[in-house]
Amino acid sequence: MQQAIHPNQGVISGPAQIAFRNFNFYYGQFLALKNINFEIEKQKVTAFIGPSGCGKSTLLRTINRMYDLYPNQRAEGEILLNSQNLLDPKVDVTTLRARVGMVFQKPTPFPMSIFDNIAFGVSLHENLSRAELEERVEWALVKAALWGEVKDKLNQSGMSLSGGQQQRLCIARGIAVKPEVLLLDEPTSALDPISTSRIEELVIELKNDFTIVIVTHNMQQAARISDYTAYMYLGELVEYGVTDEIFLRPKKKETEDYITGRFG
Amino acid sequence: MDLLARRKLTNKVALSLSLAAMAFGLFWLAWILSTVIQLGIDGLSLSLFTEMTPPPGAESGGLLNAIVGSLILVGLGTLIGTPVGILAGIYLAEYGRYTWLGRVTRFVNDLLLSAPSIVIGLFVYAVIVATTGKFSAWSGVVALALLVLPIVIRTTENMLALVPGSLREAAYALGAPKHIVITRVTLRAARSGVVTGVLLAVARIAGETAPLLFTALSNQFWSVDLNEPMANLPVTIFKFAMSPFEDWQRLAWAGVLLITLGVLGLNIIARVLFRAEKLH
Repeated sequence: MQQAIHPNQGVISGPAQIAFRNFNFYYGQFLALKNINFEIEKQKVTAFIGPSGCGKSTLLRTINRMYDLYPNQRAEGEILLNSQNLLDPKVDVTTLRARVGMVFQKPTPFPMSIFDNIAFGVSLHENLSRAELEERVEWALVKAALWGEVKDKLNQSGMSLSGGQQQRLCIARGIAVKPEVLLLDEPTSALDPISTSRIEELVIELKNDFTIVIVTHNMQQAARISDYTAYMYLGELVEYGVTDEIFLRPKKKETEDYITGRFG
Repeated sequence: MDLLARRKLTNKVALSLSLAAMAFGLFWLAWILSTVIQLGIDGLSLSLFTEMTPPPGAESGGLLNAIVGSLILVGLGTLIGTPVGILAGIYLAEYGRYTWLGRVTRFVNDLLLSAPSIVIGLFVYAVIVATTGKFSAWSGVVALALLVLPIVIRTTENMLALVPGSLREAAYALGAPKHIVITRVTLRAARSGVVTGVLLAVARIAGETAPLLFTALSNQFWSVDLNEPMANLPVTIFKFAMSPFEDWQRLAWAGVLLITLGVLGLNIIARVLFRAEKLH
């Protein structure tokens, strides 16, 4: 069968890390994502924006097959991760999730020490010696810009940290596994402005090593940190392009209405 | 009367009614406690913990065999009921929440939870005591384990259900398989609640008389043989309190005080544990 040509393909200028092809997603009978086709560039920040309920978080959660946890959710089409279709039933989700990390809206430290929070994911996938594990934990905490604040209290509970620190702990936990992709689901919406700007700086820093996909309600945030922006509405990908283009010269009226605040 | 005044009045009435209800409850509790302490303190002495239950009219005597028997019966009952209960609670909360089997199990467990303890006692009597032809500590342990089981199942399930879904998702998002998510993350997050449930179950069975009356019976003498009847506090209290002998009655009250203090202590430990974890 011949593949249809979609306007959202050919937007990116570098190699693609993830590609959606004729992708549909259902909650029970309800079609929540309709015929999604676009590509996400390797080691760039891609932002999903749109009003609540537009499907941006749903789309994000398909990339690590989070929906597998819920029996009435179902996906159709293809999501290619380095040209391997990750919707293939043969794909092992635990391995997939080691390649695609995720950070959630609310910080979710595990009820264990700071060290163990980071080591948890690592020891699921790799058999490291204690020294190697310590090295990895330090590496992840340094990357997440948290090392300086916690290096003397690695044995304290992860829950004793402030909200912003907890979120950076969750980012450290995610990158400690050394994934290729990091998914961020509104990672700053529960944080104060100072913690938010620290996370934003961190995201820009992290794209040197990881492909980052971020869902955000904050349009300034998308404009500040992302290279590409996808505007979604009612389960459809309305417009996808280079962030500056989307914000300065949107091609579609709906996109312009949303980003100028006339709607949504 | 204007709206504000009416609201203030309604508020006052509601507040005084709830205060009165609380005072009513506390009044009886305080009365029970003060009576137990008043009457129990007489029998409290060192010999209570060093001597066996005496024949009537003896110069001295204590409750040592009953105290040790109770510790053994309650300890073993908890030891058997708790792991089974925790595993079943995990099944209900993590695996069978929406399944047919889960719903049936939950319903049956609710029945077991509200079954009168005398029913459990008679059941074990019919199944074990009547078939083996003798009262034994083992049968008492089984009866107590059957009482512990539904309490632990219920609290484990409830405490696991309280663990936020986001924590579970976060563990799955790192590529953890389900059994690791449960054992290392959710069960750990629910730990203090589960322990509290076990402590409350212990407190519940520590004073149960009916299930032991038909199973472990009691024993006037020292015995730690699980195949023989074993002395225990509730049945000893029952027997001694019903007797016409004053020294037995005094020992019964001392036993009541011991159980009350033990249960009070367990409740306080449960609260402290739960709060410590909450503040964490």
